[in-house]
Amino acid sequence: MSDTVIKVENLSKQYRLGLVGTGTLSHDLNRFWARVRGKEDPYSKIGDVNDRTTKTDSDYVWALKDINFEVKKGEVLGIIGKNGAGKSTLLKILSRVTTPTTGSVRMKGRVGSLLEVGTGFHPELTGRENVYLNGAILGMRKWEIDKKLDEIVDFSGVEKYLDTPVKRYSSGMKVRLGFAVAAHLEPEILIVDEVLAVGDSDFQTKCLGKMEDVSKNHGRTILFVSHNLPSITSLCSRALLVDRGVITLSGDTSTVIADYLIGNTRKNRYSNLDVKDNGILSCSVGTEGDVYTPVGLPTVVDISFKVEKSIKDFGLALIVTNENGSQLLSSEINDCLNIKDLNLEHGKVLNARVTIPSHFFNLKCYKFRISLGDNLSGSILDSAEFQVNYSYKMSNLIYKHRKKADLVPLFKWDLLD
Amino acid sequence: MAKQENWSTVIRPHSGIFDIDFQEIWKYRDLLWLFVKRDITTVYKQTVLGPLWFIVRPVLTTLMFTFVFGKMAKVSTDGLPHIVFYLSGVTFWGYFSECLNKTSNTFTKNQGLFGKVYFPRIIVPGSIIFSTFIKFLIQVSIFLIVWSFYFSKGQVSPSWQIALFPVVICFMAMTSLGFGIIFSSLTTKYRDLRFLLGFGVQLWMYGTPVIYPLSAIPKEYVDIVKWNPIAPLIETMRAGFLGKGSFDWNMFVYSGIFAVVIMAIGIVIFSRVEKNFMDTV
Repeated sequence: MSDTVIKVENLSKQYRLGLVGTGTLSHDLNRFWARVRGKEDPYSKIGDVNDRTTKTDSDYVWALKDINFEVKKGEVLGIIGKNGAGKSTLLKILSRVTTPTTGSVRMKGRVGSLLEVGTGFHPELTGRENVYLNGAILGMRKWEIDKKLDEIVDFSGVEKYLDTPVKRYSSGMKVRLGFAVAAHLEPEILIVDEVLAVGDSDFQTKCLGKMEDVSKNHGRTILFVSHNLPSITSLCSRALLVDRGVITLSGDTSTVIADYLIGNTRKNRYSNLDVKDNGILSCSVGTEGDVYTPVGLPTVVDISFKVEKSIKDFGLALIVTNENGSQLLSSEINDCLNIKDLNLEHGKVLNARVTIPSHFFNLKCYKFRISLGDNLSGSILDSAEFQVNYSYKMSNLIYKHRKKADLVPLFKWDLLD
Repeated sequence: MAKQENWSTVIRPHSGIFDIDFQEIWKYRDLLWLFVKRDITTVYKQTVLGPLWFIVRPVLTTLMFTFVFGKMAKVSTDGLPHIVFYLSGVTFWGYFSECLNKTSNTFTKNQGLFGKVYFPRIIVPGSIIFSTFIKFLIQVSIFLIVWSFYFSKGQVSPSWQIALFPVVICFMAMTSLGFGIIFSSLTTKYRDLRFLLGFGVQLWMYGTPVIYPLSAIPKEYVDIVKWNPIAPLIETMRAGFLGKGSFDWNMFVYSGIFAVVIMAIGIVIFSRVEKNFMDTV
């Protein structure tokens, strides 16, 4: 007895690059002629792997290539990958907005897809009318909406504006109303693209909670695409990593996310050799090519920079942010050293070093930013960014229970009697 | 292991010629009515005259036709009063041309919607046929008011063909839907057609007995106009309401067959294009 609800087999999608213009008709005729003779589509063989950074000679590109996966009932599957990796194309095929070039998808049960919140909202209609319209577009019957109207309104929290045209709504209110309708769709399979980004954090939490609820308590299956890794971690049991149109990894969420981050952050250094007068030439942590920085050793950041003579009072700061972009800490050279009376020579390269004690960061990925500024005018002269990945190395501490915190410093603890 | 599993949705690249899931369309019937309601209620929001605009257009067009073709060019009206003659043509032709114009940009106008959510696309042109029909009913009521004025003066006399009214409307709806969805399917790729349709409908009107009766056409051209599937429909309605007009069962049946065939062709083309028009539009 199998409880697989989604089965994707050899799924590929080819897109044509550039303008659909003069070549269209001739390609169509060629295709038609091939079909008449019972031959294969002459354009389906060519096509480059999907990589948006390199220019290709071929007019066609595979946005997805031989995708295979299965999803079981009640599972929440996260899909991650860089921009343009093919995540949205995959969701579009699954929600039947477009068809695959080859391969097939089989699904069991009603599919609700949320590629955009509030699809089909008409600005002139009131909130109530739009709930009906949007619900029907998503595949609900009128009586279903009748039954759930109160719940939907309650969830969205826009009761007061229900009889106001949607054009007077704020964008946040539209998202709230749109998600509320979709959340009450009760499909067996829910497909969610990066849609929650607009709502405020309260509402985002509410949405994630609702999704967790429908999967855990109602046994519904969810496919979830997001760049917000923490929400993927908290919601999904399994994840797929999509890169250039192929699934490069599938498995346990934390493993997949770790791999994705490493792929993203092989650069633990920054360098810019074009600096003329003011600027950062390079910064680095550890040796080149190191993927991980050991958490058990002090982190040493080396910075080379140039400052012009005319700048009497410069500042150098290290700012660390986590993977979601929240600032964790900021540390300035001026707090530690007096550099006001430094005799600056024109064109001389200065070197600085920041040392962060060992056992300070968690086993995560961090963004380090060095910024060079003029303290008198308050302007930033240059800034450099690179990423640091910490791994459990050279450490004898146990990290098992410290999953969530961004900073896990080794403070001084005493037991007093 | 080789157990037959009952998948409810199967997505594949290509399917047969006639691949329409009527059951699914039926499931979405509520959406059709909501679209109709939306189209009717939102068109003239924030206008002073509101739904009166539905009437203004045919009335002004009729007055202009009366002046240009009736008074200046002195085109025959089969001896019928000018106003009611032109109004009948304008009203019935108006339904056909509006349906055709609106359904023909189904895909281009709804890109945003179609790109984000799936529902049977035919719902959109289908709803246009109905919402245009509701507007048409309002226009017909104006026509009937004018008509009853001339009727009371004994200048027009209805005949039995008036009973064909619902059939005529059906044929018109089917023909316009058929042409409309063919055009909308092809314009996703070839935008040239949009320009063609714009003036094509205009020209088509002059090829249809809207501003002249079929009887006024010189003998050598009558056979050409007879191929126009809309011509018999307009003439039938004239015969029915005004008592003068050429009615011929053969031509009427021809119009009906034409309507069925063009709609079938339209649905086939439409259902092929709807699946991946997002990639070409």
